[in-house]
Amino acid sequence: MNYDTIVVGGGLVGAALAHGLGRLGEKVLVLDEGDVAFRASRGNFGLVWVQSKGEAMPEYARWSRHSADVWPDFSQELQELTGIDTAYHKAGGVHLCLSEEAWVRQSALIKRMHNVHGSDYGAIMIERDELEKMMPGIGPEVVGASWSPHDGHASPLYLLRALHESIVRSGGAYRNEARVETLAKDGDGYRLTTGAGVFTGTKVVLAAGLGNRTLGPLAGLNVPVFPQKGQILVTERTEMKFSMPTVFIRQTDEGSFLLGDSHEDAGFDLTSRPGIMADIATRAIRSFPFLKDLRLVRSWAALRVMSPDGFPIYQQSESHPGVFSVNCHSGVTLAGAHARTLAPMIARGRLEDPMSAFSTERLHVQAQ
Amino acid sequence: MFKRNNAIKSPRVSFTFEGCSIDAAAGDTIASALMLAGETHFRNTPVSQSERGPFCLMGVCFECLVEVDGIPNRQACMVSVREGMKVRRQKGAIGVEIE
Amino acid sequence: MNACDLAIIGAGPAGMAAATEAANAGLSVILLDEQPVPGGQVYRAIETVPEERRKILGPDYQKGIGIAEAFRACKATYIPEATVWNINPDLSIDYSRNGGSAQVSTRHLLIATGAVERPTPMPGWTLPGVTTAGALQILLKAHGGIGDDVVLVGSGPLLYLLAQQMIVAGVPPKAIVETVDRERYIKAARHLCSALTALPYLRKGMSMMRQIRRAGVPRYSGAHDIRIEGSQRADAVRFFANGRAHHIETSSVALHQGVVPNQQATRLLGCDHVWNESQRCFVPKLDEFLESSVENVFVAGDGAGVAGAKSAEIRGRLVALRVAGRLGSDTDAEIRALQRQLRRDEAIRPFLETLYAPSDEVMVPGDDVLVCRCEEVTAGAIREAVDLGAPGPNQVKSFLRSGMGPCQGRMCGLTVSTIIAERRSEDPGSIGYYRLRPPLKPLLLSELAQLEREPTRDEPL
Repeated sequence: MNYDTIVVGGGLVGAALAHGLGRLGEKVLVLDEGDVAFRASRGNFGLVWVQSKGEAMPEYARWSRHSADVWPDFSQELQELTGIDTAYHKAGGVHLCLSEEAWVRQSALIKRMHNVHGSDYGAIMIERDELEKMMPGIGPEVVGASWSPHDGHASPLYLLRALHESIVRSGGAYRNEARVETLAKDGDGYRLTTGAGVFTGTKVVLAAGLGNRTLGPLAGLNVPVFPQKGQILVTERTEMKFSMPTVFIRQTDEGSFLLGDSHEDAGFDLTSRPGIMADIATRAIRSFPFLKDLRLVRSWAALRVMSPDGFPIYQQSESHPGVFSVNCHSGVTLAGAHARTLAPMIARGRLEDPMSAFSTERLHVQAQ
Repeated sequence: MFKRNNAIKSPRVSFTFEGCSIDAAAGDTIASALMLAGETHFRNTPVSQSERGPFCLMGVCFECLVEVDGIPNRQACMVSVREGMKVRRQKGAIGVEIE
Repeated sequence: MNACDLAIIGAGPAGMAAATEAANAGLSVILLDEQPVPGGQVYRAIETVPEERRKILGPDYQKGIGIAEAFRACKATYIPEATVWNINPDLSIDYSRNGGSAQVSTRHLLIATGAVERPTPMPGWTLPGVTTAGALQILLKAHGGIGDDVVLVGSGPLLYLLAQQMIVAGVPPKAIVETVDRERYIKAARHLCSALTALPYLRKGMSMMRQIRRAGVPRYSGAHDIRIEGSQRADAVRFFANGRAHHIETSSVALHQGVVPNQQATRLLGCDHVWNESQRCFVPKLDEFLESSVENVFVAGDGAGVAGAKSAEIRGRLVALRVAGRLGSDTDAEIRALQRQLRRDEAIRPFLETLYAPSDEVMVPGDDVLVCRCEEVTAGAIREAVDLGAPGPNQVKSFLRSGMGPCQGRMCGLTVSTIIAERRSEDPGSIGYYRLRPPLKPLLLSELAQLEREPTRDEPL
């Protein structure tokens, strides 16, 4: 076998796993598509987010929290290895409530999340008077917010580049224009034919985002993920230093504001729709009126990788031992956990707890 | 040094750049008026603060950005001069006022 | 909203001619243009330019007067000072005007947004005092401004046209630094035979050259290793030519390496583009009626492939007649006549394209040269990103932020594609270009927020 592990997909999920495997001394190959692919990673908003994740799936809530806990060390390690700063800030994060109704709803959610996480959850509701001191510039409609000290943000693009740099530096290989066409057993491992040639490896990790829908069945895995479109707006650079990210608005280290996030079921269409852009802009201005005077310089649309219940799917194939599939949105939040905790399991050859909760078994249970 | 090839026949317009009075002709853009007044440095970049001036004069390059009457990042080559307008260099990223 | 028969973006020769032809054929026409008056860049200030300046600009410029008059007299709706920031797949167009955003809808769209100057990255090209040659020509056309120590640097007919106009105005350039070497004349001579059918262009060119020679403007041919010097602004050009180092002091350097189609609108719409090796740029893929790969979207003018003002006008009329034909008029014979005219007019292009091909120095600049002026990304950084595995411009953009600034890649896109192509030993056509998204030009969030909204969440905010 040429490689210990072949990772199919060079986005945030595949790259974080390849980086983690490379750090463990594995000989890793990352197979990627070309310049134009769906690439959810390029459309990621950049939050490392815990406070609202996983109400209906405690394992996911804890998995997100675990990732946020390892992020500071993970980010520092990447910087030491590659010299690239991922622009990670564990600044805390807020979810603004623009109406009493939203406040009531968010308060109830935070209360329920306390039960999910237990005593060290740490998120609280903050009323307007207190919030104004923490976040100058909030609009008159803002009633208050939920706040969590574990939340933060990072640059998805710098993170992706740092991961790629780390993969190469630890001796890993990266091949683009290498869309996988076939996957077959070959001795103790697998043979993959791609647009860039034939490669063999002992283990295979499918981390191809929406591409896993068609790759999974090659290894006896059903991967029920579907696209959910999101649009993001970017403003010109400002010299201000904004306090901390909100779910919809964050400031990058360059000084631009990123405004999100829309959720649209539009199949594989990637058109930017002005009506949705207008909705994002309106909500941002209601949250922070000073944003109205900023110019929009860029926007994009990307496809989230969604599962039927919105939670990640981690699988190992029974028919094809050593083949795994990793499927999730929130590739930035989970990068820490993927690199530090999931990669070692893959290196050992099997998913251990808590990963068993993330198999598609849970979806079958729900369906009954 | 740029000079007008012929005397200004159109009405004169006066505005300020960094507080100094600039004499221009109706029909000038901010960029043409400033170039003809000997100015080349219009902005500093937000990345390295390096000096930049007009490059394409047709709205493509975004190098001639200035602040016009308090509004930042305007393309000097796309805005016509108006009597009394106050133009300043665009110094890097824009400032934001929070009321 | 009622859709018009034909919407046109751009009021240069192609846009004006198309609007006139289509409106006179009875079509409902809307023309959107970013400038306050018609003319585009080639006929900039055509309606207001004073008599003595007309003489400086020459007879070709004055041909624009009739085109603009006919356009003003036709029934097309003309919307000046309109900055188009988005075109939707249903061909509705979002544009910004007087601080507000508005929309028009159309059944057919003509993109007549012309050309932009090819990016000319070289050491020192971001210093104040360095402009494109086109910029100095605009300063002359629209405002009568001329520099007294201009050094023209590069390659292409516009360099000589501008030099000749400056000579007629009595302020000749200080020098012309040409990147074209003697060998190129020999290569280009192969195309002379076909160019002979476009004799007026050859005559015009030779007359320009004679005037420049007579005025005694110093010319340096085969210049290489060109760098612009200065700390806070340009004060000299340094280069090698004929085996010797040269240094010319100047406060004004005008760069030119030809013009290339402005791809912003056609890329936004997802039109197919092909790499034109002779023109060394991407051009939209068009059929013989100038329709793109996106149905009902046409391209005319230099945006359809650089061919000059006369071709632009013919192409504009051709598209108008094609659309009129679709809507029921019998225009086949006229279209065929225009297609013949186009072939004649374009006969000069292979000669010019060979002679004035851009220099390799600007197509694939050295590692230290800034390629993305907005985000300040060097050619060396782009090569490193390619070595790291970035297969094309979009991944390079993700890694380095090149193309993410306010010019949205207009100044670096072509260079980024050619650098990647060189590094990967591939054809730029297979490397591709930035994926473009709205806004085509920055717009205020307050303006965007005025549009009709399509919320995508149902929980309370």
